[in-house]
Amino acid sequence: MLRYLFKRSLILLATLFVASLVVFITIEVVPGDPASYMLGLNAQEDTVAALRAELGLDKSKPARYISWVSGLLTGDFGTSYTYRTPVADMVRDRMWVSLPLAIFALLLSTIIAFPAGVYAASHRGGITDTIVMAFTQLGVAIPNFWFAMLLVLLFAIKLSWFSAGGFPGWDAGFFQALKSLTLPAIALALPQASILTRVMRSSLLDVLNEDFMRTARAKGLTRRKALWKHALRNAMIPVLTIIGLQFSFLLAGAIIIENVFYLPGLGRLIFQSIASRDLIVVESVVMLLVMAVVLVTFAVDLAYAWVDPRLRGTR
Amino acid sequence: MNTKKLSRALFLAVCVACVAGSVQAAKTDVTIGMQLEPPNLDPTGGAAAAIDEVVYANIFEGLTRFGSDGSVLPALAKSWSISEDGMTYTFELNSGVTFHDGSAMDADDVKFSLDRAMAEDSTNAQKQLFANIESVENVDGSVVIKLKTADGNLLFNLAWGDAVVVASETVETLATNPVGTGPFKFKNWVQGDQIVIEKNADYWGEPAKLDKATFKFISEPTAAFAAMMAGDLDAFPVFPAPENLAQFEADPRFSVILGSTEGETILSTNNKQAPLDNVLVRQAIAHAIDRSAIIDGAMFGYGTPIGTHFAPHNPAYVDLTGQSEYDPEKSKALLKEAGLADGFTTTLKLPPPAYARRGGEIIASQLRAVGINVEVSNLEWAQWLEQVFKGKDFGLTIVSHTEPMDIGIYANPEYYFQYDNAEFQALIESFNAETDAMKRTEILQQAQGIISDDYVNGYLFQLAKTGVASSKLKGLWENSPTQANDLTGVFWED
Repeated sequence: MLRYLFKRSLILLATLFVASLVVFITIEVVPGDPASYMLGLNAQEDTVAALRAELGLDKSKPARYISWVSGLLTGDFGTSYTYRTPVADMVRDRMWVSLPLAIFALLLSTIIAFPAGVYAASHRGGITDTIVMAFTQLGVAIPNFWFAMLLVLLFAIKLSWFSAGGFPGWDAGFFQALKSLTLPAIALALPQASILTRVMRSSLLDVLNEDFMRTARAKGLTRRKALWKHALRNAMIPVLTIIGLQFSFLLAGAIIIENVFYLPGLGRLIFQSIASRDLIVVESVVMLLVMAVVLVTFAVDLAYAWVDPRLRGTR
Repeated sequence: MNTKKLSRALFLAVCVACVAGSVQAAKTDVTIGMQLEPPNLDPTGGAAAAIDEVVYANIFEGLTRFGSDGSVLPALAKSWSISEDGMTYTFELNSGVTFHDGSAMDADDVKFSLDRAMAEDSTNAQKQLFANIESVENVDGSVVIKLKTADGNLLFNLAWGDAVVVASETVETLATNPVGTGPFKFKNWVQGDQIVIEKNADYWGEPAKLDKATFKFISEPTAAFAAMMAGDLDAFPVFPAPENLAQFEADPRFSVILGSTEGETILSTNNKQAPLDNVLVRQAIAHAIDRSAIIDGAMFGYGTPIGTHFAPHNPAYVDLTGQSEYDPEKSKALLKEAGLADGFTTTLKLPPPAYARRGGEIIASQLRAVGINVEVSNLEWAQWLEQVFKGKDFGLTIVSHTEPMDIGIYANPEYYFQYDNAEFQALIESFNAETDAMKRTEILQQAQGIISDDYVNGYLFQLAKTGVASSKLKGLWENSPTQANDLTGVFWED
């Protein structure tokens, strides 16, 4: 087990190293100069040169790569060109929006998808199954930003239950902050819940047709007992995979929803930073996300092993 | 989230709403929406308009300042005198002015600020404003500015946000903690979300009427609409969705604020690229464009047609739109005269703003109608700066030049549209040296005529300022002589 962990850590480090190279190169080749973006149309040549020197942009690319990576290793993510604040601080602030939002949305989608998927699978072909499937079809088809706007129209403009967006910060009180994340989380959760429901249902149906299910029934378990005791656990593998993927997606991929609700999250930070060519922010944040995805994948692997003892054996 | 928690959250929300409702009578704070977040809060170190929109006249002040009508008013300088030869300006400063950190503001701070902006390693985005200053001295508490040549623009130049007075002690941290002399103090900044400023109780001049102002950043037009409608915002001075203005107009809770800006929106033309280097071709383009269709289609009717690079609300403006009226037949004839009867192909590179993207589609089809085939491509700002502005690799582009009184850019042959006319350059030189107001106006009118006759660029329209505010909120700037949200005189009507 220890050796396995050691081997895995080496692979992890190699992955991160390659990722850092790819991230740096792809972002550096994008045309556009942060200094001229910041100084605008009237700036003189020497002013732009002075700012480039101040930001360290006059150094060669390899030198900048090395100073960036060595900074990352010591936990220094650099200083944003445009905001002039440490990237680590910016990311931490944004994380306090993006992470709770992602967890909130994932919880919602799981809470909806599990019962719906299990129910639909165990009542396959029935009227409820058809209704659930129709709804999931709709949930996947509706673009989430449009659904988000509908939510705003109804709950913020018509009913005035929620504000139309923004995030007051956790300092404003737990419920106040949670409230401002509720509509965005619902908007994010809807398509995810639909996908998850479908995966849950089909995975469960596959398992229900397995030989061991027949055996379970033959030894006298009721349909329900067999389902809960044997089928569900076996059906979890693809579901966990999807949940892992969804979490990574929700963490960074909520850009559009963050824009609709003007939440100061990670997605919007990347979006703004790309527009202003704040390269150091883009590089460091993307790198952080790579790390997060790698770690989530690792966690999902562990979860596989937990639900499937056969995988544990191969370790 | 389980239902119990949800209902608790909802209950709490209702309570908050009730409390908010009961204190509404004594409202002394305001929440202002802006589309872009400032990258930092140092107006002397970046070009982003969003910086000035937060700090200009609120946090920072210079020797002079702009009034809402674009006039130049005294600010930190109480008065000034100009020497006979127009080369020396002496400014008397207001007394009792302090920075927000409590330290006194004096002539040395002014000297420091201007010296810093002019310095070799300065990163001031508008360094050209100070190019003509020879020296700045503190003489017995007054500021004496000596010029290299007589310059009638100095008072105007000093009113820009890039020329504000800062203290040497706080200059390193202005980007995140701005310390100025204005009627408002910086309170806090939640990056990505909002900036809060509060009343400066020790302000030297007329104090602000509001106690607190919050700037919220909402880039998405539909979100901006929702936030106004839901009452999350009190005002959105530069509202990003003109298509929704009629709806606000019809709603008694809101008033729509229409004003002028300094943004000449033009079809910039590469004057060095064939066949656009031929004046006949540029004239043909000018006559192929139907300005009213662009204003209606791209700006939903908001905007004033222009025929030259000058703001129509300026007293020196000459209406030259008649020189380039919509006449596709004439346009085709001109192309034939230029030897391009079969038309030609050129590029149209569009930056992100709606006026460019929407306007670009319309112009492309209007040009196609006279046989000019346009390849449209959409660029981000950073790409636009690199390819079009720096690289001069474009045929046509659409951009709004928002700097006030910027006709002088046509005197720089290196500027991206590369207009090179010795007569015009000499004219601008004489304008800069002239201090007599009448003669200055005359020169400006001449200059407008020259660039219009040369069809340097396609002159489309003056960008309108379209704002939305709660109908009880008074005192916001109608016009936009510089990109600012001066909150000094803003108050709530009972």
